[in-house]
Amino acid sequence: MGGLDDLYQQLILDHYRNRRGRGRIEGASASVHEHNPVCGDECYLDILVEDDRITDIRADGDGCSISQAAASMLTEVARGKDLESALDLVEHFRLVMHGDVVPDEDILGDAVALGGVAKYPVRVKCALLSWLALRECIAGYREATATGG
Amino acid sequence: MGDSTHTALDARAIRAEFPILSSPRPGADGVHYLDSAATSQKPERVLDAMDAYYRETNANVHRGVYEMAAEATQRFEAGRDAVARLVNHPREGTIFTKNATEAINLVAWAWGVRELREGDEVLVTMMEHHSNTVPWQIVAGITGATVRFCPLTPEGDLDMDALRAMLGDRTRMVAVVHVSNTLGTINPVEEIVSMAHDVGALTMVDATQSVPHMPVDATAIGSDFLAFTGHKMCGPTGIGVLAAQPGRLEDMEPFLGGGEMISDVTTEGSTWNDIPWKFEAGTPPIAEAVGLGEAARFLGEIGPERIRSHEMAIAQQMLDALDDIPGVTVLGPRDIARRGASVSFTLDGVHPHDIGQFLDSRGVCVRAGHHCTKPLMRHLGVQSTARASAYLYTTDEDITALHDALAGCRAWFGAP
Repeated sequence: MGGLDDLYQQLILDHYRNRRGRGRIEGASASVHEHNPVCGDECYLDILVEDDRITDIRADGDGCSISQAAASMLTEVARGKDLESALDLVEHFRLVMHGDVVPDEDILGDAVALGGVAKYPVRVKCALLSWLALRECIAGYREATATGG
Repeated sequence: MGDSTHTALDARAIRAEFPILSSPRPGADGVHYLDSAATSQKPERVLDAMDAYYRETNANVHRGVYEMAAEATQRFEAGRDAVARLVNHPREGTIFTKNATEAINLVAWAWGVRELREGDEVLVTMMEHHSNTVPWQIVAGITGATVRFCPLTPEGDLDMDALRAMLGDRTRMVAVVHVSNTLGTINPVEEIVSMAHDVGALTMVDATQSVPHMPVDATAIGSDFLAFTGHKMCGPTGIGVLAAQPGRLEDMEPFLGGGEMISDVTTEGSTWNDIPWKFEAGTPPIAEAVGLGEAARFLGEIGPERIRSHEMAIAQQMLDALDDIPGVTVLGPRDIARRGASVSFTLDGVHPHDIGQFLDSRGVCVRAGHHCTKPLMRHLGVQSTARASAYLYTTDEDITALHDALAGCRAWFGAP
């Protein structure tokens, strides 16, 4: 069961059972709906941006423990970050999931516990779903504000 | 099938003929393969037949005059004979395709694009695999025809009254799955074909989940077209079958053009080869046809009735095992006479992906996801399910392993 313990660390199961940052934001600055066509998992991600900083972030949707825990951890670590730092955070996590870099707890917070997912290629998409949604969300926000003003 | 129908199938002896099922895997006592609805394992004799073809007589078919080429052609066409015999269908109506999906696309393009008009209707069911939905949607987009979905009863059977009401003058094609890969439901395809013919519609039966598991008599079903795939019936990937009424094929234009399918080619145009070759453009999957032929002989010798009887017993064991786990909900019919041994289920508080991952750690292979039946998933109001599916090599030990692993899974994830 060593492999399973490695994948499903206690922290992951804790975030799965007690989701942080769950729900939607009314009047969000940007929203994205992503889904994983392989399994049908869905993720709604909303961010509230003030002065180029994420003041609120919420994730909603349905999915497996990995995708739900990853979304929960994301909302914790991304809240309060400026947009550029948030993009760096997503990029670090993406590289960790692809096995290219070692997870850095100072950057990832609780999401460091997801490092073991990199060994399960099928599950990497689950972990990345909400994180890549944040990248889309920021891109969408920048596009809208650029054209809007 | 003679006396073979009266003796039970010895799944343990059959299992020993499948090398992969006895190969040890790390962290497990052997593999409990419960994903045969996705693809079946292959017996040694199928692997040997394909290997022998490449080692002894590899040559292109229907071309060379040398002995090796004649032998290759003979083994290839013998594969067609074996497959045609298994489903009681004339050999000239038995076309090799890449898979069942391509067989359905062949009809959608060669018949649908030419024959469908605006206002025409293609009737499919809510439990179709995407392979028997998406090709019709594409062709409807080109022709202006409409694709309509027949609903299901709450228990997961086809709503035959609704089907009857939906059939009419506009119906040109009724495309229906014989056995649902997600729900396990067995549809009364003979009756449906007859109802469709009464209103002048053609029929496409997706027999992908029936041909491997039970007697299928294509002549008795009487469908204009019937499709199935090789890799779910102990054969290789890369080959499927379209069993079509020869008269229909004579009237149809080709699907793909190229070598093999022509009678003559001039700078002005071409004429077509006889059926079935008219629909087999290019060098066909030769080794795969040899392997599929051997698989058809293997299934025929064991006897489809005995396979079905075995799977009914296993399906009952599976339902009992699942009922024993608190929080498990089984989808589809409960009556094993009306279902195959492919059983979808959910477990309260545990996502199907996590079920699949945990069961894998116990050496139990199940599928998790939407099973390429997204309209059905939406209809049922579930995002995904776990699915355990059995075959002729599935034993009661596999079902016990499933049961124990699911109990462990509940505890691990702290399910309610």
